[in-house]
Amino acid sequence: MEAYISLFVKAVFIENLALSFFLGMCTFIAVSKKIATAMGLGVAVMVVQAITVPANNVVYHALLKEDALSWMGITGVDLSFLALLSCIGMIAALVQILEMILDKFFPALYYALGVFLPLITVNCAILGGSLFMIERDYNFGESVTYGVGSGLGWALAITVMAGVREKLKYSDIPAGLQGLGITFITAGLMSLGFMAFSGIQL
Amino acid sequence: MSAREILDSIEPHFTKGGRFEKYYGLYEMVDTFIYTPSAVTRGFTHVRDGNDLKRTMTFVVIATFFCVLMAMYNTGYQANHAMEVMGLDKIDNWRNGPMMIFGYNPMNPLSNLAHGALYFLPIYITTLAIGGIWEVLFATVRAHEVNEGFLVSSMLYALILPPDMPLWQVALGISFGIVIGKEVFGGTGKNFLNPALTGRAFLYFAYPASMSGDSVWVAVDGYTRATPLGLAANGGLDAVYAADYSWMQSFLGFEPGSLGETSTLAILIGAAFLLYTRVASYRIMGGVFIGMLLTSLLFNIIGSDTNPMFAVPWYWHLTMGGFAFGMVYMATDPVSAAVTDAGRWIFGGLVGLMTVLIRVVNPAFPEGIMLAILFSNMFAPTIDYFVIQANIRRRMKRHA
Repeated sequence: MEAYISLFVKAVFIENLALSFFLGMCTFIAVSKKIATAMGLGVAVMVVQAITVPANNVVYHALLKEDALSWMGITGVDLSFLALLSCIGMIAALVQILEMILDKFFPALYYALGVFLPLITVNCAILGGSLFMIERDYNFGESVTYGVGSGLGWALAITVMAGVREKLKYSDIPAGLQGLGITFITAGLMSLGFMAFSGIQL
Repeated sequence: MSAREILDSIEPHFTKGGRFEKYYGLYEMVDTFIYTPSAVTRGFTHVRDGNDLKRTMTFVVIATFFCVLMAMYNTGYQANHAMEVMGLDKIDNWRNGPMMIFGYNPMNPLSNLAHGALYFLPIYITTLAIGGIWEVLFATVRAHEVNEGFLVSSMLYALILPPDMPLWQVALGISFGIVIGKEVFGGTGKNFLNPALTGRAFLYFAYPASMSGDSVWVAVDGYTRATPLGLAANGGLDAVYAADYSWMQSFLGFEPGSLGETSTLAILIGAAFLLYTRVASYRIMGGVFIGMLLTSLLFNIIGSDTNPMFAVPWYWHLTMGGFAFGMVYMATDPVSAAVTDAGRWIFGGLVGLMTVLIRVVNPAFPEGIMLAILFSNMFAPTIDYFVIQANIRRRMKRHA
């Protein structure tokens, strides 16, 4: 149990996908203008992450890993070179399904997220989460923890980013830096704050 | 001729159409520094109050008076003491000349004060000069005012540096703090991180050798003496007592450390002044203190066999390292902290919690308050957002 808690804390804070690995930057910067929208997207990423990482974990362990097919009587086959492809396919399929569900049951959120929901498909944070899971050889329980944790960390980062950007609406930024420029500087300074966690061993 | 008349006589050169129109910011800086400006807001709303930005900022600078005094005295005392221990009777740099007058005697207050001043003043003057150049440059090009906020940032920045900091690094740090931490957002009141801490954090990660370890806290080359916090991080309170530090000593500030942050007593005098004049928010200070108190009590209860920091009690957390300084002068920065009343308690609590958390569980950094405040600055707008949303919901329910 303790191992899961420390993995969770690690995924949320120490190895924050957005501010330590700078993954998922396109959506992180594009959808962080308003707190409400950012939180919606954050929740969406968290849900997608919590589904795709364990799903990819199952696929990887049941089909792709070396000797994973032995339950079918096939031995000595290593399909792990297909991991990248299968992860992308899995994520794309699951996001499509999530999109249909949101469209049907939460139309307000669906319209608020607009074009960015399909963009989750190609969000590097999502793919990164699955690839980290494979690289670090998590089992199923760990992959669920890691999926929820890393998604929560990303959601936290984008919400805080949106908060800062809402505050910056009242600032007086030099013409050349307005928009994307100051957003990059802001993200960099935020990551400086997140350095508080770097070095913690759990 | 009085200063007012001189200023009035040269004013036309700086107003629109004058020869030095571009440098209005400079004129305005000198004018408002000496006299209260008579300008009022255009439009219908105008709050009349003697307490303007200038006075607020000046009060903070005044509140650091005892910290500056202790910064000089303690730095000099530590250096003189180290020289006595090492058996040195002179030092190999320019400070030796002026110090010949006073001698290097740790029992002589004048010698301590002078020796410390020879370390503090170069750092402070460098900060003022380099920071001032950036400030005036931005004010001139972007046509905004030079605020007294800069005096606060530079004073606080100088006070949180180790005494032996190379001056070019001091200049680099304040440049980063002022330009990236403040001016790119539009100057005083527009930034979201504390500029002084941004500069220090930049130095901390860029030049860790001059900001951490055991040899930078006493301004004598080749002398190492760990700070109580550094000792506690490795061996717990036993190591602190073993090195002959008492709590009272740490409270009064006779310990190695960053220039102005060692003396909790001097800081608390400043805190009383800031609270009496209502410049700093008691909610933030209270929040930081309560957050620290609860978190350290929690760690005391949990306990640990391998990590001696778990057992450090709250009153040591208060006096060790920069906690008190951060609580009183840094966390209360009205620009980068939360602005709602409930938000200030939460913001302060987060600072206290994060400080103890970093000190106890993060072996990479013995000190936590700097990063804790930067981290909480980041969360401040979001905290405010949720407090305001809660207020809106409550009122809607009340008036429904």
